[in-house]
Amino acid sequence: MSENTSQNANFVVEHLRAWNGRAVAEVTGDRGETTIVVPRELIVETAEHCRVDPALLFNFLTDATCVDRFPMEPRFEVNYQLVSMSRRDRLRLKIKLSGSDPVMDSLVPVWPGANWLEREIFDLMGIQFTGHPDLRRILLPDDWQGHPLRRDYPVQGFRDVPSTYIPGFRKAGA
Amino acid sequence: MTTVETPIGNAKTMVLNMGPQHPSTHGVLRIALELDGETVIKAVPDLGYLHTGIEKSCEDKTYSQAITLTDRMDYLNPLGNNLAYCLAVEKLLGLEVPKRAQYVRVMLVELQRISSHLVWLGTHAIDLGAMSVFLYCFREREEILKIFELFAGQRMMTSYIRIGGLALDPPAGWRAAVDKFLKMMPSRVDDYETLLTNNRIWMGRTQGIGYISLEDAVALSMTGPTIRAAGLEYDNRRMFPYSSYEEFDFAVPTRTDSDCFGRYMVRVAEMRESLKIVRQAMDKISNDGPVRTDAPGIVPPAREKMKTEMEALIYHFKIFTEGFAPPPGEAFSAVESPRGELGCFVASDGSAKPLRVHFRSPSFINLQALPKLIEGQLISDVVACIGTIDIVLGDVDR
Repeated sequence: MSENTSQNANFVVEHLRAWNGRAVAEVTGDRGETTIVVPRELIVETAEHCRVDPALLFNFLTDATCVDRFPMEPRFEVNYQLVSMSRRDRLRLKIKLSGSDPVMDSLVPVWPGANWLEREIFDLMGIQFTGHPDLRRILLPDDWQGHPLRRDYPVQGFRDVPSTYIPGFRKAGA
Repeated sequence: MTTVETPIGNAKTMVLNMGPQHPSTHGVLRIALELDGETVIKAVPDLGYLHTGIEKSCEDKTYSQAITLTDRMDYLNPLGNNLAYCLAVEKLLGLEVPKRAQYVRVMLVELQRISSHLVWLGTHAIDLGAMSVFLYCFREREEILKIFELFAGQRMMTSYIRIGGLALDPPAGWRAAVDKFLKMMPSRVDDYETLLTNNRIWMGRTQGIGYISLEDAVALSMTGPTIRAAGLEYDNRRMFPYSSYEEFDFAVPTRTDSDCFGRYMVRVAEMRESLKIVRQAMDKISNDGPVRTDAPGIVPPAREKMKTEMEALIYHFKIFTEGFAPPPGEAFSAVESPRGELGCFVASDGSAKPLRVHFRSPSFINLQALPKLIEGQLISDVVACIGTIDIVLGDVDR
């Protein structure tokens, strides 16, 4: 199975390089999974190409997530997991973002299913997606401060939950 | 929780708040509905009422400790959650799991699929007014929970699937228990079908309700019975087999009607297929053999060894005090949960705690399509549409 995957990986990488040499900044084939690091400027075009190219046909976006490598820079890595249903293949597109400028283009125009996934990343990691139709917090209350899945955000509570604090009442834990 | 903007000003429409405490939202889902008479014009789901930060908590636990948290996400499919997480960590570590453990895993997650579909069928039917189906479904689910109790000592939060294999050897008498269930169940599934499939009220409430085209379903990343009822044979067990699923003979039921009725038929057919898989797995599981892979320092040693071997005692102590550190890297694994593709992404930085654990929860992503299903339908069908995508709020909010 792993041999098969690495052959597929080469095929996908070669195909993308032939289309646009700048789209593939870095490739890792690790544990049978292929990851292609795409420059931030080219993500929408590359994703669209992966989706429609008849040789690639990554028609299905299954997951999007973000890893925070604080204090390393660039600290954020946004991962999009793609599936090609007809070719039975998986691919991960990765975009690296710096902590001072965590902004990238939204992939909702390519896969409408990215909508809630990107809202979740925005909510919990604080990545801004330009061109997203409805970039609001999804799991946390609107008045929440900070982005809890960042590595510099503490695991245990350090202040009151904003929406539960009622002025005039005893503070929780006081 | 979230301020939902709806275009008010049109004298004909009214905004109705549904949930978060509403029995038919299957948990704490809130939907803001804009209505014109009884027709839904706009629906805006609002989630997060059950957000417990499981992904953040996992970063503060060792790899083995995090298993107990996965149980509590999709609480109708704890064994499936365990499996998705363990497969990802095993991929990270490069562990090979003994065949016997793989078959036991398959058998248990298929039983779990049946029990989850039973809860879905019972609650979906009760939402639409068929009370008795609920009682029958929960009677059979009880039998499955008894089997889990036999295996793991727990009915729901089993944590039975562990990194590198299983927590315990299958208990004495498990074959008889599973066999009894397999003999009983097929006729019970027939009973549910007798009560519902040709029932005119059931057909009226589900046929043509909650339609979604295959293109929309793929674009919105839907998986599971929802996409199979739209006509696409997408099932991780078949597409990207894991845990030796390639050795099992089973069908992936599909339909083309893509409405609530189609999804009901797909799930009922899946229960029958799962019974076949359980039977095959039972035949494949040998009476003895290891259920844990031999990986000192990662997989706990057997109890007996700890009493005779110094190394085993040291490893046991180290695993449960400081854990183990997988080599740096990332792994994504996906299993077919009763609700669709349940993915787990684990990133390691070479320390004993995960750098990041992320779950691709099928309920969360399928729920995204809810406005598409209900906009333009009657308000009474909203309940049918929420039920038909089979959400578990623990899985949505994590």
